[in-house]
Amino acid sequence: MKLKSSLVCAAGILTLTQVLSAADITGTVTLKGTPPAEKTIDPLKADPTCGKFHTENPTTHFYTVGAGGELADAIVMLKGVTGKSTGAAAQPQVIDQKGCLYSPQIVAVQTGQKILVKNSDPVLHNVHTTPTAAGNSEQNQAQMPASPDLSISFSAPENFLKFKCDVHPWMFAWVTVVDSPYFAVTGKDGKFTIKDVPPGKYTVTALHRKASPAGLDKQIEVTSSGASADFTIELK
Amino acid sequence: MLTALATLGLVGLGGVVTSHEAGMAVPDWPTSYGYNMFALPMRFWKGGIFYEHTHRLWATLVGLLVVLLTRWLGGFESRRPLALIGGAEVLAGIAVFLFRPELKATGHFLTGIGGVVLMAALIWTRKGSSQPGLCKMGWLAFFLVQLQGLLGGLRVVLFKDHIGILHGTLAQIFFVLLCLIAVRTGWWWEQTGLRMPLVDPVNLRRWAFLVTALIFCQLLLGASMRHQHAGLAIRDFPLAYGKIWPATDSESLARYNSQRVETTVSNPITAFEIRLQMAHRAGALLVLIAVAGFLRSARGQGVFKGVLVLSGLVLLQATLGAATVWTNKAADVATGHVLVGALSLVTGAVLCMILPCGSLRSPQSTVVPVESGPAH
Ligand SMILES: [Cu+2]
Repeated sequence: MKLKSSLVCAAGILTLTQVLSAADITGTVTLKGTPPAEKTIDPLKADPTCGKFHTENPTTHFYTVGAGGELADAIVMLKGVTGKSTGAAAQPQVIDQKGCLYSPQIVAVQTGQKILVKNSDPVLHNVHTTPTAAGNSEQNQAQMPASPDLSISFSAPENFLKFKCDVHPWMFAWVTVVDSPYFAVTGKDGKFTIKDVPPGKYTVTALHRKASPAGLDKQIEVTSSGASADFTIELK
Repeated sequence: MLTALATLGLVGLGGVVTSHEAGMAVPDWPTSYGYNMFALPMRFWKGGIFYEHTHRLWATLVGLLVVLLTRWLGGFESRRPLALIGGAEVLAGIAVFLFRPELKATGHFLTGIGGVVLMAALIWTRKGSSQPGLCKMGWLAFFLVQLQGLLGGLRVVLFKDHIGILHGTLAQIFFVLLCLIAVRTGWWWEQTGLRMPLVDPVNLRRWAFLVTALIFCQLLLGASMRHQHAGLAIRDFPLAYGKIWPATDSESLARYNSQRVETTVSNPITAFEIRLQMAHRAGALLVLIAVAGFLRSARGQGVFKGVLVLSGLVLLQATLGAATVWTNKAADVATGHVLVGALSLVTGAVLCMILPCGSLRSPQSTVVPVESGPAH
């Protein structure tokens, strides 16, 4: 009896130390150079139904850059960490279809994590996934207004897997599927936090769909106090 | 003639669908959003769905016309084979339902088209069959149209861009075939068409084949480009990324892609696509040179007018090609480029067909038809 309780105690301490020693990786992604100007999505404005949802002419959002070059919508992840996915238990990631646009357009999820695709528009969309990695299958489903969310998940890691709607050919979302929970998407301030990374040496990579689709790598060591990694993506 | 016109419309619509990147707007086939294709409610007829659905309905019309055409060309004797084929297709369709339920779309398609063919067999015609050559062309069209419909549908349900390329190319071949049938059955063939003074038919024929083959290669390249969903791989013309021959190393590619802001296409461009477009540009130059040569040797001869028409079309086509780049692939310009491409190919093929016989033979004699110029 005594032995058992001390075992439980030891196990508890062990997990506790693991959680305690796991730490965050924080940093900022900056863009150097002048990105191309965004384009107005003219066919959206010209569409008899979808055009009505927008008072101004909507534009693309390929480069969301702050005054100091802070780059949003960059995906930062640990490279080469696989098989650690907790996607099955993770909160679903929601992608909405609103004003005949996907929102958000840049998303990252874990393998096996549910993606709930909503249709907030009073028009029909078709949700067409076009993966290229073996193990992820292409799907094309129609979604009527006010119909239930579509639940989609992917089993293989893949960068910038494209979702599109063929009814509205300007509608795209890009989903990056990671085989671990160790990733983050930068906000408008260019900042990111990858939470609860066990101590060790890692390669962190920062991907941006346009500026660095292949990823910009950095070697870091995570200690019990965490680590920081800043990236400067250069446009040539 | 009617069938050929309807097919031109169909090729045009196919071009419209791909120009608008709307090929997959209707995710199921042969049903449309679960509805029977002919009963799709009007509220669905919007945006990309409109293009893709019209394409499907029109395709059905062409299919019907072709089956009737086969019946007409084949005359009395075509009843039995048509009935047999129709019956076999219906049975095959039912078999697919029973044994391979996951392929039920194909089953629907087979039973539907088989039913149409059976009906055609029931139509009473007293007319004897046409010349064997024509009759064969009719049958070829009959098989091609069915294959084409099947490919179009499978492209949608199997998600394969390669099938799309095949579908686009077959459309052109099919259109050429129908035009050749139209020419052969028209008044023109019976009357004056063939009594042309030709000095050197062999030489002219060589030119005709060369030009037609080159145009066909251009169409193949064009069809592959259309189905990459990458939009324009090169956005300037006559230069390419400011050079005569653009760089395609990975660093340059990354730079090109990072500078692209596209609204309705999404795939990043690859070195392959840049080379594809450069080949298409070089091919256009070859076609222009070949047509000029053709025009020169046809001067003063009976087919000169025909060659002149071909030259005009090719020139227009080259201009439209350049305009496609300059307008950043405006949908109507790109569609026009597909259409004029098809017309150029047909004109070339018709020239191929009329040249071998020229003034040497009378129209009544059996002529081995050039079934499709491109095959040579
Ligand atoms: Cu849509």
